[in-house]
Amino acid sequence: MESVASTAKDRLIKSTKRKNHGESSGKVIVTLAALIIIAATLSMTIFLSIKGMQAFIINGVNPIEFLTSTEWNPTGENPEFGAFPFIFGSLAVTLMAALIAGPLGIGGAIFMTEIAPSWGRKILQPIIELLVGIPSVVYGFIALTIIVPFIRDYSSGTGYSLLAGIIVLAVMILPTITTISTDAIAAIPNHLRDGSYALGATRWQTIWKVLLPSVMPSLWTAIILGMARAFGEALAVQMVIGNVRDLPGSIFDPSATLTSIITLNMGHTTYGSIENNTLWSMGLILLLISLLFILIIRFLSARRKI
Amino acid sequence: MHAKVADKIATGILYVVAFLFITLLVSLFSYILFQGVPYISLDFLTSPSSTVQAGGGIRDQLFNSFYILFITMIITVPLGVCGGIYMAEYAKPGKVTNAIRTCIEMLASLPSIVVGMFGLLIFVNTTGWGYTIIGGALALTIFNIPVMVRVSEDAVRSVPQDQKEASLALGITKWHTIKTVILPAAFPGILTGAILASGRIFGEAAALLFTAGLSTPNLDYGNWNPFSASSPLNIFRPAETLAVHIWAVNTNGIMPDVQEIAAGSSAVLVLSVLLFNIIARVTGKRIQKKLTASK
Amino acid sequence: MRKKMKLLLTAVLVVMSLGVLAACNSESEANNSEKANEKETSGSLTISGSSAMQPLIAAAAEEFMSQHPEANIQVNAGGSGTGLSEVSEGAVDIGNSDVFAEEKEGIPADELVDHKVAVVGMAPVVHPDTGVTDITKEDLIKVFTGEIKNWSELGGADQKIILVNRPDSSGTRATFVEFGLDGAVPAEGVTEDSSNTVKKIVAETPGAIGYLAFSYLSDDTVAALSVNGVKANDKNVQSGEYPIWAYQHSYTKGEPKGLAKEFLDFLASDTIQEGLLTDQGYIAATKMEVKRDAEGNQSKK
Repeated sequence: MESVASTAKDRLIKSTKRKNHGESSGKVIVTLAALIIIAATLSMTIFLSIKGMQAFIINGVNPIEFLTSTEWNPTGENPEFGAFPFIFGSLAVTLMAALIAGPLGIGGAIFMTEIAPSWGRKILQPIIELLVGIPSVVYGFIALTIIVPFIRDYSSGTGYSLLAGIIVLAVMILPTITTISTDAIAAIPNHLRDGSYALGATRWQTIWKVLLPSVMPSLWTAIILGMARAFGEALAVQMVIGNVRDLPGSIFDPSATLTSIITLNMGHTTYGSIENNTLWSMGLILLLISLLFILIIRFLSARRKI
Repeated sequence: MHAKVADKIATGILYVVAFLFITLLVSLFSYILFQGVPYISLDFLTSPSSTVQAGGGIRDQLFNSFYILFITMIITVPLGVCGGIYMAEYAKPGKVTNAIRTCIEMLASLPSIVVGMFGLLIFVNTTGWGYTIIGGALALTIFNIPVMVRVSEDAVRSVPQDQKEASLALGITKWHTIKTVILPAAFPGILTGAILASGRIFGEAAALLFTAGLSTPNLDYGNWNPFSASSPLNIFRPAETLAVHIWAVNTNGIMPDVQEIAAGSSAVLVLSVLLFNIIARVTGKRIQKKLTASK
Repeated sequence: MRKKMKLLLTAVLVVMSLGVLAACNSESEANNSEKANEKETSGSLTISGSSAMQPLIAAAAEEFMSQHPEANIQVNAGGSGTGLSEVSEGAVDIGNSDVFAEEKEGIPADELVDHKVAVVGMAPVVHPDTGVTDITKEDLIKVFTGEIKNWSELGGADQKIILVNRPDSSGTRATFVEFGLDGAVPAEGVTEDSSNTVKKIVAETPGAIGYLAFSYLSDDTVAALSVNGVKANDKNVQSGEYPIWAYQHSYTKGEPKGLAKEFLDFLASDTIQEGLLTDQGYIAATKMEVKRDAEGNQSKK
């Protein structure tokens, strides 16, 4: 820290001549970048909303039926468009995957920063970063080869199940949650730790009572981003979850998610057809549910701080 | 006494978690490598792929993966870092900023297939470019931006307040402080974030499938003119990346050595990410040394 | 840092302007090639559509390009719906589909010209241990509608039947339901789109039944069933005895011209029909003794 400050001083002295010059242009550049990002985000959101509403406005699909009905039969004589089982499936796998990966990831982060900061981080950090680079197809295939047969042997079903999807997603979002949590915990100023130890607190008391509460919002962010990834993941889940349009009775039953149905059908349907439009509506629902997640967690983390 | 017991138990549990973690990660990782490394050979890396016969390689796919990553990074890093600075330093806390943040986070949760279809309608059909590298890179930008903004914002925010205040107290303007004090201090964090983001780009298949396509024209690696159709550097040519290749081979491939190609490609992909991480780490350390003059 | 920013900005600007230039460049190239097409085989051709057809068309394109180095053919996938939509919008030159354009909603089928490139036979496939090798159509329907739940009811092993379906919009499913199940709606089961994944699931799950194109039956990890005693092979499809098959269509918007026509002619030539196509497990469209229209009516050729 000392060295950063001293060299920053050097740089400041060297470059004071033009210090006022860049002020406004700097602000312009940064604001412009922000505007581009906002414009891109908004146009994407608007585009998805328009596309997603077409099924209801142009094709006359009943939105309430779409959200609540469990009958999905787009190619029958009387096509029915009830997407509830897929919405349920998406929510179920995401929440349960976060339930597994959240504690595990944060536990790993605490281990890497507080218990064994020297060797733990050196070994774990690179592996975690590498895991992010494994394509979801590969995760899917490994799950298909290992997890599905395992579940088949120990339950009555086929192995293609909610549980298989949950496990794959938990593993896939683990790196995201761990990395962000590790960064957050490592960024806690040392005087918080020192103060706690000076008061005679044990390591665990320090972690539980001092460190974790101070980074709670960041940990929630880690979990949201993990859930976001789980929610939008398609290829790997699609391979193991079974893609059945019935509501699952237990975690050993096959199920389907919004993303898996979109992935399976998007390429086969033609632009503008009812089926294609309902797939876009599912995309919109995905967007809205993520919004809901984000709002809930905002609310939670705001309360935590008080 | 009670606190000490709790401490021991908690430490024990954390060790178990870490052990579980390491086992899981190492076994996953070694599974991919053990399955794939035996099929990697110089020939595999340097010969073009084949759709029917056994013995196809991944030369073009490997190049395409790196090239698309590079183009995406050229677009995303400046945008994302500037956006992050804006969010951390310029945006006034309030409803608007919150709305923007929510929007960006929502973007991160979009399934890649939806981004892919969006890219197909906009970058492929509307622009009339067809399947191109630039279309793929733009689609990747869409879900890379939220990550980059988030990471840069966090890195900028985590720069100790006293450093910033010290600079401002010296009468240095805000932008100047950002450039000379905050950015260098935030650089390692941004770099880690960029590495993580690249990893995801590397493994992305669904979005590229619809934007960069499934084919690669006959490339002439001696041709460095980016306007020529057969130049590998042309950003207006279709490009199948390694991850897309793995997907395509796994799903519909009918060559006899589907398993081998898929396993080999996966291992190459993971190893590339490894190589990439090492390079980024080394350069990151160098840059930090230079910027902070620490020995 | 300032320098770096500037450098980065310049880099971005350069890349963008390169992009614009390249776009202009490629457009003018395309224009030139249209004129040149009448004389020699060159220019570029974009094909998209059915993922199942992609390997076949890509292999044919490879061969075509090795004979005509000046030609540049890009073969993409994305699904039959995407291919049909894109070709009718003019975004690609050829759109591949495994169903008739008439069967897809929202496609101006009268504007598209159908080129039946190949025929693909599909067989019900089961896990090798089920002990069943032949099935009547009535039983096949009962199996897929969930009326028969155990292989022992058909004289096979005492294993629960596990269905492996394709997604609702899939062409493979449409063909199988129409000609294999006489239109009966399959009961719910594991649903998977890609043929290799379906094959893997059927091969690894005891009691599983699914359906696959002949081109995926090259090894014995899954067992194909005969239907009504007729073996699922090329000969029986050609003669029209075996009912579950479909055309692989290449659609063009209007009559094909230039490179598109040359390539489609190449696909219809004996080199491809009797070579590559047959090697990949497809059935030569030229060898068919029966034909079928978009409504599914079969007649002697």
